[in-house]
Parts: sequence; structure tokens; C-alpha cells
Amino acid sequence: MHPAFSVIFLTTLIGAGQGLFLALYTGQLYSLARLLPVQSESFYALGSIIALALLVAGLVASVFHLGRPERAWRAATQWRTSWLSREVIALPAAMGLILLYGLFHYLGWTNPLFVVSETLPVDITLIVGALATLASFVLFLCTAMIYASLRFIKAWHSPLTVANFLFLGIASGFMLAAALSAYMGTELVAFYGTWAVIATLLGGVSRGSSLYRNSRFRCKVDMQSALGVHHAQLHQKAQGFMGGSFNTREFFHGKSEAFLLMIRYLFLLLVFALPVLLILLAYLLESSRLPVAAFAIQYIGLVLERYHFFTEAKHPQNLYYQSMA
Amino acid sequence: MTQLALVIDLNVCVGCHACVTSCKEWNTSGWAGPMTDLRPYDEDPSGTFFNRVQTYEAGIFPNTETYHFPKSCLHCEDPPCVPVCPTGASYKREDNGVVLVDYDKCIGCKYCSWACPYGAREIDEKQRVMKKCTLCIDRITDLSLAESLRKPACVLACPTNARLFGDVHDPNSEVSVAIREEGGYQLQPEWGTRPANHYLPRRKTRIQIHEDELVRADNPLKKEQLPTPEAGETLDDVAW
Ligand code: SF4
Ligand code: SF4
Repeated sequence: MHPAFSVIFLTTLIGAGQGLFLALYTGQLYSLARLLPVQSESFYALGSIIALALLVAGLVASVFHLGRPERAWRAATQWRTSWLSREVIALPAAMGLILLYGLFHYLGWTNPLFVVSETLPVDITLIVGALATLASFVLFLCTAMIYASLRFIKAWHSPLTVANFLFLGIASGFMLAAALSAYMGTELVAFYGTWAVIATLLGGVSRGSSLYRNSRFRCKVDMQSALGVHHAQLHQKAQGFMGGSFNTREFFHGKSEAFLLMIRYLFLLLVFALPVLLILLAYLLESSRLPVAAFAIQYIGLVLERYHFFTEAKHPQNLYYQSMA
Repeated sequence: MTQLALVIDLNVCVGCHACVTSCKEWNTSGWAGPMTDLRPYDEDPSGTFFNRVQTYEAGIFPNTETYHFPKSCLHCEDPPCVPVCPTGASYKREDNGVVLVDYDKCIGCKYCSWACPYGAREIDEKQRVMKKCTLCIDRITDLSLAESLRKPACVLACPTNARLFGDVHDPNSEVSVAIREEGGYQLQPEWGTRPANHYLPRRKTRIQIHEDELVRADNPLKKEQLPTPEAGETLDDVAW
């Protein structure tokens, strides 16, 4: 498939935004259980604003993918059948809940509404945060299922696609949380850094598996089935037009194997190896800059990773364009 | 339920592109238009088409067989392009099974084109919505036309009658009989999309003629030249 930058930025930006929110909420839960020191309200508020900004940026990027963005509201109507439609609902829902979460923290509405079994004080941010967590996970699922549900595109049609979107989004979000706490001088750098490394490693396992899987399979249909002509030697002599068409632009990446191999090594380095090393170093040197660098490098890596994700997909319609495939 | 469809006979298609041009002519100016062309007379021309004719060769030269292969939306009975559409712009008509796009609802997200394994959908770069073959829905449902004209433009234009049109759910329709008797098949049946359009394979019509059917062995005019049977009586000796 042709990698569209609008979708690449949409999926990587909202992934980082959702991940950052999940990191904030995890931090709040840990401090509630007194495993971590309680953070200032401004930390949560600022974190939520950044998460929201990433989601908004993703939304803006997605608009460039649409031919008719002015009608985008219609895309919320087919949630019964379409994962894309579900994403269109889940994204604003997550945005709204994260906005409320940040706002309530900013306003300091943290007096417990009630106390569960005399140990767990529940305030409004905890409830809104739980809902936003749910929305974030649903959004991860919807975004990934847009690709994983296309059964004709075998490279995507796998639970590994969902695992990749989930782990890589969470990894970049926790990296950002580590960077933010390092920048704000809170004590959570090591906590977020550790979880970021764990998510990155999990993502490494799932992404590695999907790369391995995609390097090995053959498409279920072949040219014989595409034409219904069961002869071992089939050669296309004409594709029906002299110039290009939507079919030759949308479904081919037009890049050489060597270039894609380079992208693959680059993203493996930038998404997995370097950020983990940088976080370890940051831990040893107690640096407040290195986590910021780790997030930035991983984000660039994720853009390349998503680019590669699109080029991995081989569409069965390409069987009708033998000379290009 | 009715399921309108095309049956394309690869045995007679000569690859003349008459269906392509008549489709474009009818549809660009009709309900489904315009079918925009970009840079038609410049370098790298491009444009929207509902139907394209490709050419394939089976075998190795000189022992080859040429296939001209018209390719358009197959109006699948279980169309994977429809449920993925987030706006409901893509739909399958209940009454005749034609798969259509509502240009007023489509947001041009291209998701349906990813979900069609046949590459039958094309985005219109000017109108920025998804387009595809409509089976000339504005023609085949137009009761003011004579019945013989209520057919897709490509079917009427085809000089070799390689394109048949009708209801594949009616076992006695011309298309159903052709599918049944001439070995009609579907493209990429593995996916379970159940394309309504079918293709008829290349087939050779040969009769077997033996030497003695051309030369009458017992022709009385050749009595003198009759070779003497080597051994015993032949069947001809007994027969008369
Ligand atoms: S051929 Fe493609 S566009 Fe047409 S109905 Fe089937 S899946 Fe949909
Ligand atoms: S391009 Fe149009 S018809 Fe296709 S899925 Fe998107 S909204 Fe639906």
C-alpha cells in the first residue's frame, strides 16, 4: 500500500496521546495506593493538556486524508459495522474525557466523593480517569482493527496488529511521561521510564513477530485465481491504460527493497534499541534531558515504523498489475 | 431476490475497448458523472474509469493464448466494501443487488477501496469521492426506455456480444443459462465475496473427423481401385 502521511501521523500522534494519558492515570493510581509520592495537580493538568494536544494534532492530520472533510460527521453513523466509524466516535470521546480529567485536576476537585471499604477515597478525577482509560483502550482497538479487520490484506489481518498499536502507543506515551516528569523535576522519572522500557520491549516482541510473519507468508490468491485462467504461465501484456490510475497509485509504494530494508533497520534502532539505552543511561546519570531525547527519537522511529507498516501490506488487487507488483 | 450482473465471455472478447469508451461516455454525462480526467493530453494522463480492459497471455511464445480481460465492479453478493464504509455512502440495493456509492454522503476516505480485493473502486480526484461501476443504474431502471435499451452502456456497445446482462438469481435468464452451460466462474472465489459478475472461459469448439468419414470406402465409382483386403472380410463386405 502507498503510505499516506496523514494516517501515519494520525496513528502515531494519537497513540502517544493515549499512552501519555494512561501513564498519568497509572501514576495517580499508584500514588493512591501510596506506592508513589502524590503529584501536584499541575502535573496532571499539564500532562492532560499535552495528551489532548497530541490527539487534536492527530485529528488535524487525519483531515488531510479525507476527500470531503466537511462531511466527516457522517462517519460516525455506521458504528455497527465499520471500525473506522467506531474510531470516529472513540476519538472525540477520549478527547472529551481527557479534557475533563485535566480540567478537574486543574480545578483541584480532588475531595473524595465517597470512600470504598474505608481505604479507597474516590474523587471525581478517579471516575473520569477510569472512563478515559476505557475510551483510550477502545480507541487503540478501533484504530488497530481498521487495519486488522481487512481480511484481504494478510500482513495486517492478525492480532499482532492490535498488539503493536497498543504496545507502541503505550511505550511512546510512557516515554513522554518520563520526559515530562524529568522536565518538571518530579520523582516519577524512574517509574515511567521503567514502564516505558517494558512496553517498548513488549512492542519489540509483537512487532518483531509481525515482521517475521510478514516475511514468510504467501497471498491466498494468485494470478490464476484472479483471472480464472489456470495456466502456469500468465503474463500481463496491457493494464488497460497508458498513464497512471488510482489503482497504480494507491496500492503500490514504489520503493525499492533496499530502501525498505533500510527503513526497517532504522525503525528497529530508533523505536526499540536507542530509547531503551537512553532511559538506562538517564537512570544511571540521573539526567533530566535524556528521557526527552528518548521520547523524541522513539517518536521519529514510530513514524518510520508506521511507514513500513503500510509498505508491508500487499493488496490482492496488485495481481492485476503484474509489471508494477 | 433479483441480482443483476454481467457475464463476460472471454472467448469472444477481442479487447477493442468499446465498453470502456461507451461506459465513460454514458456515465460521465449522466447520474454517476462526471468521470474526471486529469492531464488528458499531457504527460502522465490519469482519469476515472468504471471499466478497464486488460490483456494477458497464457503460455510461452509462440504457443500462447491471448486473453482480453474486461474488469469492473463485480457487484459482490457479500460485498466487503459495504460494511467498512463509515458513512453509509456505500450500499447494496435491496431490490436488484447493485452496489452503489452515494456521492453526497461519501467523505472520500478510501477505506472501501482497501476492502475490495478486485481493485474495482477509484477515487475521483476532482469530486473527491469514491466511484465505481453502477451497472448504469440510471439506464437499467429507466422505464421510459424501450426494454431492449434497458441495459448497461457497455453491453449495448460490445460488437462481439461478449457482455451479457441479466438476473443471475433467475435460473432461466440468459446469464444463468450461460453460466451453467458454458462453465461460468467467479474471480478470486477464495474470499467468499460471491461476485455476481461471472466470466465465461476460453473454449475451443472442435469436431473429430476420421479419414474414412471423408473418403467413402465403399464408393461404387471407385470399385476398380478398391484395395483388396489383406485378410478376411471387412465390415463393408458384410454390410452390402
Ligand atoms: S467488486 Fe469490489 S467494489 Fe464491487 S462489490 Fe465487490 S468488493 Fe465491492
Ligand atoms: S470513500 Fe466514501 S464510500 Fe468509500 S468508505 Fe469512505 S465514505 Fe464510504
